[in-house]
Amino acid sequence: MERFDLIVVGAGPAGLSASIEGAKKGMRVVVFDENDRPGGQLFKQIHKFFGSKEHKAKIRGFRIGQQLLKEAADAGVKVVLGATVEGLYLDKEVTVKIGEKLFHYKGDAILVATGASENMVTFPGWTLPGVIGAGAAQTMMNLHGVKPGSKILMLGTGNVGLVVSFQLLQCGCEVVALVDAAPQVGGYGVHAAKVARTGVPFYLSHTIVEAEGEDCVTGVTIAQVDEHFQFVPGTEKHFDVDTICLAVGLSPMSQLLKMAGCRMEDNPAKGGQVPVCDEDGQTSVPGIFVAGDVSGIEEASSAMIEGRMAGLAAARYLGYVDDAAAETGKEMLEGQLLSLRQGMFAPGQKGKKIETTEEGIPVSENLLKHGFVADDEILRFPGVTKRVGIHPVMECTQNIPCNPCQDACPKGCISIGDNITALPYVVEDAKCIGCGMCVAACSGQAVFLVDEEIGGGFASVTLPYEFLLLPEKGENGIALGRDGKELCPASVLDVKTAKAFDQTALLTIKVPAGMAMRARFYKNPSREGKDAPKEGGAAR
Amino acid sequence: MEMERRIKEHPILGEIEKGKQVAFTYDGKTLYGCEGEPIAAALKAAGVMVHRYTKRAHKPRGIFCAIGRCTDCVMVVDGKPNIRTCVTPLREGMDVRTQYGVSAKKEM
Amino acid sequence: MNDRSRDIGPFVPAPDDDMIICRCEEVTKGEIRRAVHDGMFTIAEIRRYLRAGMGLCQGQTCSKLVKSIVARELNVSPACLEPATSRAPMRPTEMYILANEEREV
Repeated sequence: MERFDLIVVGAGPAGLSASIEGAKKGMRVVVFDENDRPGGQLFKQIHKFFGSKEHKAKIRGFRIGQQLLKEAADAGVKVVLGATVEGLYLDKEVTVKIGEKLFHYKGDAILVATGASENMVTFPGWTLPGVIGAGAAQTMMNLHGVKPGSKILMLGTGNVGLVVSFQLLQCGCEVVALVDAAPQVGGYGVHAAKVARTGVPFYLSHTIVEAEGEDCVTGVTIAQVDEHFQFVPGTEKHFDVDTICLAVGLSPMSQLLKMAGCRMEDNPAKGGQVPVCDEDGQTSVPGIFVAGDVSGIEEASSAMIEGRMAGLAAARYLGYVDDAAAETGKEMLEGQLLSLRQGMFAPGQKGKKIETTEEGIPVSENLLKHGFVADDEILRFPGVTKRVGIHPVMECTQNIPCNPCQDACPKGCISIGDNITALPYVVEDAKCIGCGMCVAACSGQAVFLVDEEIGGGFASVTLPYEFLLLPEKGENGIALGRDGKELCPASVLDVKTAKAFDQTALLTIKVPAGMAMRARFYKNPSREGKDAPKEGGAAR
Repeated sequence: MEMERRIKEHPILGEIEKGKQVAFTYDGKTLYGCEGEPIAAALKAAGVMVHRYTKRAHKPRGIFCAIGRCTDCVMVVDGKPNIRTCVTPLREGMDVRTQYGVSAKKEM
Repeated sequence: MNDRSRDIGPFVPAPDDDMIICRCEEVTKGEIRRAVHDGMFTIAEIRRYLRAGMGLCQGQTCSKLVKSIVARELNVSPACLEPATSRAPMRPTEMYILANEEREV
């Protein structure tokens, strides 16, 4: 048996953050993770994160994972991969399976950061090959570089369902529909909008009737449900698909804590069985701490802060930091956590119907029902203003804790203010130079540069573009509206890529002047298919 | 025409780093995959959907969670049944077989 | 759920009774509902009676589903049902590995 000051279970955002914090305070820390790659789900997160600078906003998840791994290595943390913690016993002892052997360790403090597992729903055919979890889709495409399917239906419009749908589109899959039994989109409106504008239809108040196929999925039927979640006869719709993705929520993976004898509670607001813990993440068993999804489902940004808090608390518990220093550190981290837990999607808001924004503006009903803000709704939001010359248009219509757009503009054109959840607005006398930094900085891909009159009765729209193949300057295609429907002819005026944009290309299209406030996506039908079917499926 | 299931180039990730190409057998047939990737990824890229048939109802199963939790993707690998193919790295020359119940033999 | 005197009425067949709930052990919704009427009021009892949640994945996928079915049958909230006991090993492990203890990594 070997002894450590702190044993961390799980090398995801929470576990790594805790181990870094602990090691920096002088503790001897080991992290065990059952996977053969560290980072938990971070390396599958290829979108830019929300929040502010202190939350690593506008950095893509996998890059945050790389940063954390480097910090952990620099701090002297030992990360053991392919190491499954099989049990957590009295006196904070763990047994760990590594390869074909079992190892036994004792920690003076233990941090459990095992994350979550996916919830599932049942329907006839749900065990057929081709019905997969949204996490499986992410793992296949973003870690292993294999498409999860070719035609895919997504069930669930929470952030996972929305983000994974977009990722499926990015790797070249067709998403035939986004379906949710709930009457409104569950995740961020900006995530929904970037999927909807590519033409993917949303079916709210719908769910799966049946997955079809003999040996694997060949189709799916959905139908509308009433307020009691009963099918409405005659509303069935069929889709030919080879894959059905389920994104219907997460549950804390807290079995180790229950095994260790920590007091548990069933807390629906936290996603299920969670340990009862104090604000530092200490459970009812002194010296056993938790952080991240295992203590309540949130997201990676808050998991990282919770991890640091628990790491600090463990250091204090073992005497590696004095009370005063621990209190100061804790206060700062609590402030960061609090700022993330604000706005329309804050933990306390779950299930509540929100009618207006903090600014008193009626929310977009169309966004909640169809995934995009309707043309007649968009102008009531403060980021959307008509003016002379090029200017930013921020189609940010929900109060979420996020402010990179404000920091991105070198000319101070965009303001959110001190309240991180406030909607951005265009500063009256600031002069936009059309650099596009705001377009690339927006994690929700909701910022556009618009020049309503570039001469000859045309307007220009610059939009974020994260797909292949990249359009070419001078080509002609079609502008799509927020609803993903074909709107008008468009020609590509410019395609900008830059290191500072971090893989987000800025596409500037020319459209008839009247379309400046409506054209929000671009496609070129004549190019479609160029990157599609080639012979053979195996590796070469 | 078979769909290209491997992502050659990704708009965000660029070229996804993979191991060298290796040969393995799937129910006796030679397939190719990338060394070190999960067996399930290699099978998926080759278009294989069914990993096993269940013991009781003889129903087909394939990849479901892809992270080693659900155990639905288990197959008989090098003679050993119940191997989670989604978390078991592919090696040159592996013998991967459809699992029927808990064995590689069909039971009718 | 220790009030064993409660009357939960007779078992009423439902059209989705043949839906697989526990994917590993192939236990159906009907079997779980029937087990409740047979007097299995706790998740631990259901596990032992039907093997639901006792397969390779150890209830990783179905435990929430089983819980909601049992709760519905008993007409209580799922939150009042005690989850199944957690014990090692957390993942499928072969017996010879459990017997193969090493001193250091």
